[in-house]
Amino acid sequence: MSEGRIVKVSGPLVVARGLANPKMYDLVKVGENLLMGEIIELRGDFASIQVYEETSGLGPGDQVIDTGQPLSVELGPGLLSSIYDGVQRPLDVIRDKYGNYVTRGVEEPGLDRARRWHFVPKVKKGDRVVAGDILGEVEETTVITHRVMVPPGMEGTVLQIQEGEFTVEEEVAVISTSSGERPVTMLQRWPVRKARPYIEKWAPHQPLVTGQRIVDTFFPIAKGGTACVPGPFGSGKTVLQHAIAKWADSQVVVFVGCGERGNEMTDVLLEFPELTDPYSGEPLLKRTILVANTSNMPVAAREASVYTGITLAEYYRDMGYNVTLQADSTSRWAEALREISGRLEEMPGEEGYPAYLGTRLAAFYERSGKVICLGSDNREGSVSVIGSVSPPGGDLSEPVTQATLRVVKVFWGLEDRLAFARHFPAINWLNSYSLYLDKTEDYWRDEVDPVFPDLRKEAMAILQREAELLEIARLVGVEALSPQERLIMESAKSIREDFLQQNAFDDADAFTSLRKQFLLLRLIISFHRWAQDELEKGKDIQELIAAPIREDIARAKFIPEDQLHRFDDLEKRIREEIVPVRAEVPSENRGT
Amino acid sequence: MLKEYLTVKEIVGPLILVEGVEGARYNELVEVEFPDGSVGLGNVLEVEENLVLLQSFEATSGLNVSQTRVRFTGKSLELPVSRDILGRVFDGLGRPMDKGPRIIPDKRLDINGNPINPYARDYPTDFIQTGISAIDGLNPLVRGQKLPIFSGSGLPHSRLAAQIARQSGVLGSEEEFAVIFAAMGITFEEADFFIQEFRSTAAIERAVLFINLADDPAIERIATPRMALTAAEYLAFELDMHVLVILIDMTYYCEALREISAARKEVPGRRGYPGYLYTDLATIYERAGRIKEAKGSITQIPVLTMPDDDKTHPIPDLTGYITEGQIILSRDLNRRGIYPPVDVLPSLSRLKEKGIGEGKTREDHSPLSNQLFSAYARGKEARELSVILGEAALSEVDKLYVRFSDQFEDRFIRQGEYEDRPIEETLTIGWELLGLLPRAELKRVKEEQIKKYMQRGEAD
Ligand SMILES: Nc1ncnc2c1ncn2[C@@H]1O[C@H](COP(=O)(O)OP(=O)(O)OP(=O)(O)O)[C@@H](O)[C@H]1O
Ligand SMILES: Nc1ncnc2c1ncn2[C@@H]1O[C@H](COP(=O)(O)OP(=O)(O)O)[C@@H](O)[C@H]1O
Ligand SMILES: [Mg+2]
Ligand SMILES: [Mg+2]
Repeated sequence: MSEGRIVKVSGPLVVARGLANPKMYDLVKVGENLLMGEIIELRGDFASIQVYEETSGLGPGDQVIDTGQPLSVELGPGLLSSIYDGVQRPLDVIRDKYGNYVTRGVEEPGLDRARRWHFVPKVKKGDRVVAGDILGEVEETTVITHRVMVPPGMEGTVLQIQEGEFTVEEEVAVISTSSGERPVTMLQRWPVRKARPYIEKWAPHQPLVTGQRIVDTFFPIAKGGTACVPGPFGSGKTVLQHAIAKWADSQVVVFVGCGERGNEMTDVLLEFPELTDPYSGEPLLKRTILVANTSNMPVAAREASVYTGITLAEYYRDMGYNVTLQADSTSRWAEALREISGRLEEMPGEEGYPAYLGTRLAAFYERSGKVICLGSDNREGSVSVIGSVSPPGGDLSEPVTQATLRVVKVFWGLEDRLAFARHFPAINWLNSYSLYLDKTEDYWRDEVDPVFPDLRKEAMAILQREAELLEIARLVGVEALSPQERLIMESAKSIREDFLQQNAFDDADAFTSLRKQFLLLRLIISFHRWAQDELEKGKDIQELIAAPIREDIARAKFIPEDQLHRFDDLEKRIREEIVPVRAEVPSENRGT
Repeated sequence: MLKEYLTVKEIVGPLILVEGVEGARYNELVEVEFPDGSVGLGNVLEVEENLVLLQSFEATSGLNVSQTRVRFTGKSLELPVSRDILGRVFDGLGRPMDKGPRIIPDKRLDINGNPINPYARDYPTDFIQTGISAIDGLNPLVRGQKLPIFSGSGLPHSRLAAQIARQSGVLGSEEEFAVIFAAMGITFEEADFFIQEFRSTAAIERAVLFINLADDPAIERIATPRMALTAAEYLAFELDMHVLVILIDMTYYCEALREISAARKEVPGRRGYPGYLYTDLATIYERAGRIKEAKGSITQIPVLTMPDDDKTHPIPDLTGYITEGQIILSRDLNRRGIYPPVDVLPSLSRLKEKGIGEGKTREDHSPLSNQLFSAYARGKEARELSVILGEAALSEVDKLYVRFSDQFEDRFIRQGEYEDRPIEETLTIGWELLGLLPRAELKRVKEEQIKKYMQRGEAD
């Protein structure tokens, strides 16, 4: 701890002088209210500090105290179901104690100090343990068992451990290490800007099932993978992020509301306790941690919020869970970086962003991954990262989108044209991509159906063909197209409206299992194949288009998950309605 | 005792640099005494050792380096408030400019406010009936929402904003309401239009006006919306009123901000606007909403004119990224004489789903609106095609869509400036219009709803 004095205040940036031995990224306390800040530049005797709270009223001569510690988060049971600001202050506790507005200089620990947890040891006295080994367990919520691990860097023999009710600060074990006896509490700390260690990273191959049809079927993200969602305002970034937070089959979700709307956080807070996780049957909030640093909250804390979030995510990964970290929106984080950089008078890069924007973004996304966790049991865990990007004017050539596209593996490009026609999710199916498509193919084949990859390819081919035909129709009119081409257009429309479109606010439509995604797509493609066959045999296109079964296909997305047998009847009806009684079977339909 | 300095070193545009200052604080309010004895206000933008950079809310013409006196007040810019602000007119810095008495303050509030704790917020869910179909039917306004109007020069945004203020009400409620009107950089005539409007409807008694006109000091505008929102927070969360705040025109506000930024030689973001424009606007727009257990609410309707009708210009763009939707006006509709010229497709109310439906408006409201949106989108597309290729090139169904979209503009969007359409009537017109299309096209509404509501429509 050393003390210095403020010499300059410019918005969220404060320059101090006279600190004894300041280090980069040390946490400091600024002014008489002890506002939290972090050292981000050192020049001679001067330390530049980004302050996480409103700096009005600060002036030269005010004290600055260097804690000597980096900005860290508290880790331990009690994180789940919490809502924190960008530097892990619990917003619920703050509201109860200080009222409706976030006031300055409030210091509240991230974890409840009074609450007792029932700790059950998993090792015995005398066992040898290494970093990452599970010392014991606590039932944190009804869905997640919290695993208390030997902290990174520690190794030795268990001297003492016992079952019982403990607060996070009480000793649950003592370990004898080469440097002496070390007590272990459930509360551990970790600096947010440093990735937590693991044994080995693996290329992800298992899909993160999101229940969103266009995502899972066409542009899947893998568990441990990265994805970005760029789109202009109102195109559906937040709704898609929320849908994934709700329905994806990850065990823990960390949602970072980074410089976005207050009401969107409220929405999650009010909705998640009411919604049931389709996998565990428990309220969704029990597996969720919210980090909310909304647009009107201090900009430096917004910069920190994504690091706070990913550190929490890594911690649950280390326990062996599949975790999703979602950041809405990474552009706001980049803007915070830009603002601070501007105040530091650094040489600006493109559009005023600092030259290190790309490296910072890459370093953040690199904290994702599927890993073998520390510890001797070789357990696996993963962190998937999904970031929204808010390009100015929807123009994807801007620096943040471009820097993001260089590192992420999945691109869900949202388009305003689709949103205006209320085609949601407004993901452009022609230019979006997933680099996990091949790697996850085996999973679909083995777990869902062997023909699935072929169905998907055929559907995509129809959509691409439609785009070409639309061009032609625009020049010469629809009537100029051949019946075969008309059928392609109709089938493409059916894929778009009956499969791709998914209403996040409709209870029956919001989530679709992989099985149902397969059945639904097969139904649409079946119709297409049979109709193609019939066209060849000379049937009239209008007659095929008018088949009543097509209305049932359009409503098939609303078939409840527990009535999937109804798809068989629909498949049968396609044949009955459009195929005259003939003995043959169209070639392509054999085997499906 | 205020500390007074005669040590002005530089004056650059709206900025004043003072040296030799002791104990100045960031964001502190200062008084600037002009050589002619008049006093303006300013605040501290940056302080480094003994050097202080100020922005003057008053135009700096007439200032000189030798005679200007600067006094540091030790507090931030505040607004004195009490119930008596209702019915009063203030200037852009919150000083009374009508002939009324001085406000005897119940409190003095820092105009910068504090961010609402997201945990303290309550989600806006009460539908506000504006009586305007293009809004109520398709992009409904909800109590506590921030829903801007994106307009262009010469478009009737003032008339629309006034109509919303005049007609707005929550179905089945009789609570205390207030209107706060903040003018930034608009002309006398435009401001006078609102004042007369409030007078003629007697709404003036429930209104608080903050007026900064085109010829008032530009930098003063930076404080004006914050004055208005401070008053709004007081009325809403301390006196339990439902407050509607109209901020017009945010474009001039942003230009004032740009002026400061340019004078400080900051690295500009897009089109010369400062990189922190998003955050700055958020500290205004996010001061809308509801708070748990509080009776009142703040609904915001910021109005902005898009330079060159360009939605991707930083001002509408960043606004759209913060607000909960937007109502966009169309020059094309306006040219064709359609009032209100709401371009419904790119318009959006993000709070729609939670504000409508059974128990709030009607169960068919959401599916009906989705169907109208997609049908109108398709109709407009077909209409464009027929302009290029001729109507003959359209399929039979597309011809129906074209007819639908023409009628939709004429009967649904178009309405009188004094016509207050109940939501039921809006929905009925919607169903009647859908009757123009083949049933098989209506995939977004349920079979039962078609049976229940379309019949009625067709019988008319
Ligand atoms: N990713 C895309 N690339 C190219 N064109 C697209 C894309 N997405 C949508 N479109 C086109 O945008 C238009 C609007 O989409 P929508 O799904 O509403 O189609 P629609 O069939 O024309 O409308 P309706 O639902 O009324 O039948 C369509 O013409 C569609 O083909
Ligand atoms: N899957 C969806 N189903 C239905 N409506 C949607 C869907 N996705 C987006 N929307 C609509 O679009 C609006 C804007 O979406 P949002 O996610 O807030 O946009 P962004 O975050 O890109 O600005 C939402 O309020 C909602 O009305
Ligand atoms: Mg969003
Ligand atoms: Mg949103």
